[in-house]
Amino acid sequence: MKFLPPGLRAIRRIYAAFFFALFLLLLWRSDFAHLQGYDVGLFLELDPLTALAAALTSGTLYRGLALALLVVILTLFLGRFFCSWICPLGILNQIISHLFTFTRPADDYKQNRYQALFRVKYYLLAALLVMALFGVLQIGLLDPIAVLTRSFVTGLWPALQWQGAGFYLTQPYFLGGAAIAVMLLAIVLANRFMTRFWCRVLCPLGALLGVLSWRPLLRIRRNVDRCTDCHKCLRYCQGGCDPDGALRVSECHLCMNCLEQCPEGALHFGWGEPRSSVAAPLDVSRRRLVESALTAALFVPLLRSSYSVAGTPHPAMIRPPGSLPEEPFLARCIKCAACMRVCPTNVLQPALLEGGVEALWTPILLNRLGYCEHHCVLCGHVCPTGAIRPLLVAEKIGEVNATAGNKAEPIKLGTAFFDHGRCLPWAMHTPCIVCEEVCPTAPKAIWYKKVEMADRQGQKIVLKQPYVEPSLCIGCGICENKCPVADQAAIRVTSVGESRSEQNKMILGSGRSGS
Amino acid sequence: MDEQHESEVTEKGRKRRHGSRLNQVEEPWSRRRFLREVALSGGLASGVAVLGYLGYSREAIRPKQQEVLTLRDFRVPADSHHATLAVARGEQVEAMVREAVQLLGGIGRFVQRGDTVLLKPNVGWDRQPEQAANTNPQVVAAVAQLCREAGAKQVWVTDCSINDPRRSFNRSGIEAAAQQVGAQVRFPGSSDFVATDMQGTVLKVWPVLRYFHQTDKVINLPVVKQHSLSGCTLAMKNWYGVLGGQRNRLHQNIHPSIVDLAAAVRPTLTVVDATRVLQRNGPSGGSLEDVKRENTIVAGLDEVALDSWALGLLGLTSSQVPYLAMAEQRGLGKVEWRSLHWQERQVG
Repeated sequence: MKFLPPGLRAIRRIYAAFFFALFLLLLWRSDFAHLQGYDVGLFLELDPLTALAAALTSGTLYRGLALALLVVILTLFLGRFFCSWICPLGILNQIISHLFTFTRPADDYKQNRYQALFRVKYYLLAALLVMALFGVLQIGLLDPIAVLTRSFVTGLWPALQWQGAGFYLTQPYFLGGAAIAVMLLAIVLANRFMTRFWCRVLCPLGALLGVLSWRPLLRIRRNVDRCTDCHKCLRYCQGGCDPDGALRVSECHLCMNCLEQCPEGALHFGWGEPRSSVAAPLDVSRRRLVESALTAALFVPLLRSSYSVAGTPHPAMIRPPGSLPEEPFLARCIKCAACMRVCPTNVLQPALLEGGVEALWTPILLNRLGYCEHHCVLCGHVCPTGAIRPLLVAEKIGEVNATAGNKAEPIKLGTAFFDHGRCLPWAMHTPCIVCEEVCPTAPKAIWYKKVEMADRQGQKIVLKQPYVEPSLCIGCGICENKCPVADQAAIRVTSVGESRSEQNKMILGSGRSGS
Repeated sequence: MDEQHESEVTEKGRKRRHGSRLNQVEEPWSRRRFLREVALSGGLASGVAVLGYLGYSREAIRPKQQEVLTLRDFRVPADSHHATLAVARGEQVEAMVREAVQLLGGIGRFVQRGDTVLLKPNVGWDRQPEQAANTNPQVVAAVAQLCREAGAKQVWVTDCSINDPRRSFNRSGIEAAAQQVGAQVRFPGSSDFVATDMQGTVLKVWPVLRYFHQTDKVINLPVVKQHSLSGCTLAMKNWYGVLGGQRNRLHQNIHPSIVDLAAAVRPTLTVVDATRVLQRNGPSGGSLEDVKRENTIVAGLDEVALDSWALGLLGLTSSQVPYLAMAEQRGLGKVEWRSLHWQERQVG
């Protein structure tokens, strides 16, 4: 039996399977029990769109985002290989369209032909990058890796757990998780309408890679003499890149399906050969491009002038420990929800509009769902863009040198306040002080006074009534989380006093600069 | 591209559905072409790598040295020939102001030709002059007029009002009074503050109205009022009005805060408005029953002495106002104003 080396399509399929599995594996390993030095943010870091947009808004290429350079450089030589070989959303779309497209072959030829609709993604990219140029980072709404990570973290995996998958210890819940996952479901279902509709028409990362594939050295090439114009190459073409004519290099994902389909062996991937067909240039309308850019530029002052925590604090906008001040935070957060995945208590939640339009789906703490674990700093270590700084535990709890007993200011997320009308010892003559018990700081920020008083019957009782010491409170929210008043806790944390803000203060002299 | 291959397209005699362009043939890959393509892509790749290297950072925010300003000392040199504290009593506000300033050596001692002078009246509230919650507009006009006569290039009037600034400047009569004598009102807009090191015991870096960094001379124009927390609001407490930010937190430690403010802002001259004195329900007032006519102007160079002098109008003694002793200890002035060179005149 003659040994046949695997074709490029088979190799692509192996890569695709590997990277898709790797994506799921890393996402699964992103928790306290399994993190063991894996680069769980690998896919977010490989994403050139994240790197470019965050570099535009923050002025830096942060840590792991440098990996995106690898993809950029390879794309300059090879074209848009990322989309079918590495991108987990692209691979998912590919699998779905392969399995669930029931069109007749004749229709395949029609729908896999390049269409002017495909230009839309370039206009979206232009709009998002122009906004980033003016400091507004909204790339996370449409970046495929962010979309996929966010949908898995806040929607699909909690749903799987609910079905009994069992990889969480307790069922996670996310604010609006279903609504977030609907976006992914829509992307997946769109494959029924058109093969890889998302990748061809909407994906801004695909568009960026398309621009970078402006002039690749290696590409699909067709020998015009061997080609009999049967168009069979179109049958399974994923990119809609016209391999039967002048190849639209910016649309070709290097899926290699056309190579296998060609009965004449007229197609090859590689260097130019004599009689190779030409490639078609990037097809965009300059006028539409300028229109998109201008519209985005007009949108910037509109966003910047609407309410945001950067100007006026909001009690519910409690950010994870190590979060940058709101303005640089929003200039970095891509709403990927990696922090929400790694958070052990489920306290990190995607914000709705309480922090302003720009802050949609950025992480906040909802202390009824969880609390910030005193010695946990995982969120900052998985944040791909540095919106949350990677803290050391000692830095977070304010213990610079544990052995020498040096104390520094701990990271504060907010401050706890008692609601005397709901607190059992304050309002109901009932002993409690669970809040004092769970308070993690040493000395405790929650303390109590023993008070002797008469109850309704005139009986003498002794109660411990709790207080908060604002200089010690770090706003971790465990008091609120464990408060037995189940609906609205009798002690609640609000964002005031948070370390990251110079404005959101109440006590004189509590700012970093003494303000 | 490659027009010469156009004829070869139909070599095999096939019919083409899509027109000839689809079967255009690439320029052959000569060595030169290969090198050119590799150089182009390689050059771009190197450019990207260099940009990445330059932009790479392990810190989410690159440390930036923020410039923090400090306030200048606006005082003029001491002069033993003239009074340090001067009291003028009478009915004519302008004449009283002129007399009090004359006793200190005249406006020429404080304002030189070409100076920019910043007047800081108390314009905290959306109140009318009769309610005495703000500095009397006639006092502002008289001082501004003196500055103009001394050849000041510009006279600015500013304050960080507690009520809406536009309403406060308008209804206090101070905007109209300033305009009448050619002074300009400088409203405190949200972008008009710069981080300033107050170098105090309680007050460190705070946002301060930028006009205080852009002027040559500063004249303090406080009004005498009762204040529920500090007891009184006089010359030293009037410097609250230079601050932006969350200055409402200063109440948590008000006496050291007042001393820090007075130590940070050293004015050229202070003219205290005691024409009408808000005796109760301060510092906002509202009722004419709480206002007492005193028909007095006190000018001076020592804010501690001026505040100490004005306490009498509110029925207070210096022992009831802790910031005075604290200020004296810091060397800001004398609580015992009689120990200074002072003069009093009846005008008209």
